[in-house]
Amino acid sequence: MNILEAIKVSLQMLLRNKMQSFLTMLGIVIGVMAVVIVMSIGASAQEFILSEVKTIGTDLIGVLPGKSDKNAPPSGVMGIVNTSLKYEDGEDILKKNYQNIDSLAMYVQGNSNIIFEDNSTNASFTGSTESYLVVEKAKIASGRFFTKEEEKNFSRVAVLGSNLAKELFGDQDPVNKRVKIKKLNFKVIGVFEEKGSSFVQDQDKSVIIPIKTAQKLLLGIDYISLMRIKLSNEAFISSTIEEIESSLRESHNINDPKDDDFTISSAAEALNSLRAITDALKFFLIAVSAISLIVGGFGIMNIMLATVEERVGEIGLRKALGAKNHQITLQFLIETVVITFLSGIIGIILGTVVSFIAYKVIIALGIKWFFMMPIPSIIVAALVSISIGLIFGIVPAQKASKLNPIEALHYE
Amino acid sequence: MLIQLKDLKKEYLNEEICTKVLHGISFNIEKGEFVSIMGPSGSGKSTLMHILGFLDKASSGDYFFEDENVSKLSDDKLAEKRAKKVGFIFQSFNLLSTLTVLENVTLPLVYSNASKEEKDKRGKYLLEQVGLSHRLNYNPNKLSGGEKQRVAIARALINNPEVIFADEPTGNLDSKSGFQVMNILQELNNKDNTIILVTHEKITAEYAKRIITIKDGLIVSDQKVVNRQIAKENSELVK
Repeated sequence: MNILEAIKVSLQMLLRNKMQSFLTMLGIVIGVMAVVIVMSIGASAQEFILSEVKTIGTDLIGVLPGKSDKNAPPSGVMGIVNTSLKYEDGEDILKKNYQNIDSLAMYVQGNSNIIFEDNSTNASFTGSTESYLVVEKAKIASGRFFTKEEEKNFSRVAVLGSNLAKELFGDQDPVNKRVKIKKLNFKVIGVFEEKGSSFVQDQDKSVIIPIKTAQKLLLGIDYISLMRIKLSNEAFISSTIEEIESSLRESHNINDPKDDDFTISSAAEALNSLRAITDALKFFLIAVSAISLIVGGFGIMNIMLATVEERVGEIGLRKALGAKNHQITLQFLIETVVITFLSGIIGIILGTVVSFIAYKVIIALGIKWFFMMPIPSIIVAALVSISIGLIFGIVPAQKASKLNPIEALHYE
Repeated sequence: MLIQLKDLKKEYLNEEICTKVLHGISFNIEKGEFVSIMGPSGSGKSTLMHILGFLDKASSGDYFFEDENVSKLSDDKLAEKRAKKVGFIFQSFNLLSTLTVLENVTLPLVYSNASKEEKDKRGKYLLEQVGLSHRLNYNPNKLSGGEKQRVAIARALINNPEVIFADEPTGNLDSKSGFQVMNILQELNNKDNTIILVTHEKITAEYAKRIITIKDGLIVSDQKVVNRQIAKENSELVK
């Protein structure tokens, strides 16, 4: 009996016991489906997070006030206000004319009601520098961005995010209109193009004003909350970080790096650690869903053992008709593998469908999701389902082949 | 000489209790014979048939099949003999309900290298011979007992066996169906097939040409049938 014949016999057996075959397969179907979904959605989530980080730019270096441990979140996250970083620090770095620094933007942030005539909405405002456009890769849809002079002269000018502009002005053109931020009048000089949301910052919903104006007139502070530096060449990121470190230490009179009152981070670095985190998470989830595969495997073994009991008569007859022990072993093993392999295929299809539906739903919710179906994971899932058949099929197959044909024939 | 038994003994060792079933059986069967092995239940006739049909091995003594000593063959070699040399007809038919009638008939060929066309051709021919060509794709469960046993006969013939073993072939049949089955067996014997029939009924045994009577594991008589039963009716079932 060749393999093809055996597969055919197995398929016939499976088709003729549809309900039983279905229940037998269910465990593996669910297991493989879980693995495929986890792999697909895991890969999508990873891609989503990484792409979000990439929108900030991997050619950017961030400087945060306050010392923070590399293995802990920045102190700002814990609600601690650090005042150690000043507007002048940024100016100092720029004055040094480091070769690899393309531009440098500084930020302060706040929240306020923004009012235009009768419309009022709560939005975040960002005080930034003229270099904001370059660093954030932002584009102006109408009007213009503020100039270096306006940045330094406490000008009360504002550039609106696209959504905010729509919310406040409806169909009107906001340019040259006046809005009130914290009861102060600002002239709208421009509107950004829509950028799409990002979990780091939503430019579409905020208003950008000159940093000095924000510090002095709206917030009453003299420090900045963030500095972002755009590099002309990503390759020299670490040497540039060193240059910035030494510049800041010089202006802050720090001799020992342990006393640093600032933290430098880069998106590239963040990207690596995020990738490590999401990888770990993915493997954890795969391990969890693999448990269901093992449970499914035992389920199959159990059913196949029961099948051997049920088919004692058939096995006896086949032996009486000339089947050798190894042929019976082979038949049962192939049957188990056919069951698990088919289950694997069904699981892969269902898993793909579920992942695709999830993708559609998430897209419908307005998130920039991806549909990822990593081919290696599909191959792995198929191979795993075959291996489960082989591993959990051995015991029932051996049991079947060892049956005594005479006893088996009189079993009925 | 087709079959030659020399002092065949069989004992079963079960939980240290030794049960002797055959105490030394010797006889010869020539090609083309129709022999009944008769005896009450527990006489050892089934065990003897199992050994003759390569389903079991003797504890001692020699069994020559076509002048080859097969008493010490390995399990795989015995399986090969079963596949090529013998055909079985059982009391309880032993058809697989998961297969069609035709698939049941060609089942023994699964373990040979014949192509599907050859198998189906031969299967159809044999089913025609036993008058069941209109039942090819039926589920065996839907057949009457007599039809089932005729399917089993077709299955026993599929590999052109040297010997056909029939173990109480009429035991589960009404007398008319039993008659038909015996008729087919006699016709097969007329065409030079060797048939060994195992039964406990004298009347059934007398369809054969020779009766070997066994009691308590020993041959008590071995003689020609004088008034042979002939199942001539319904002979249109067999050509």
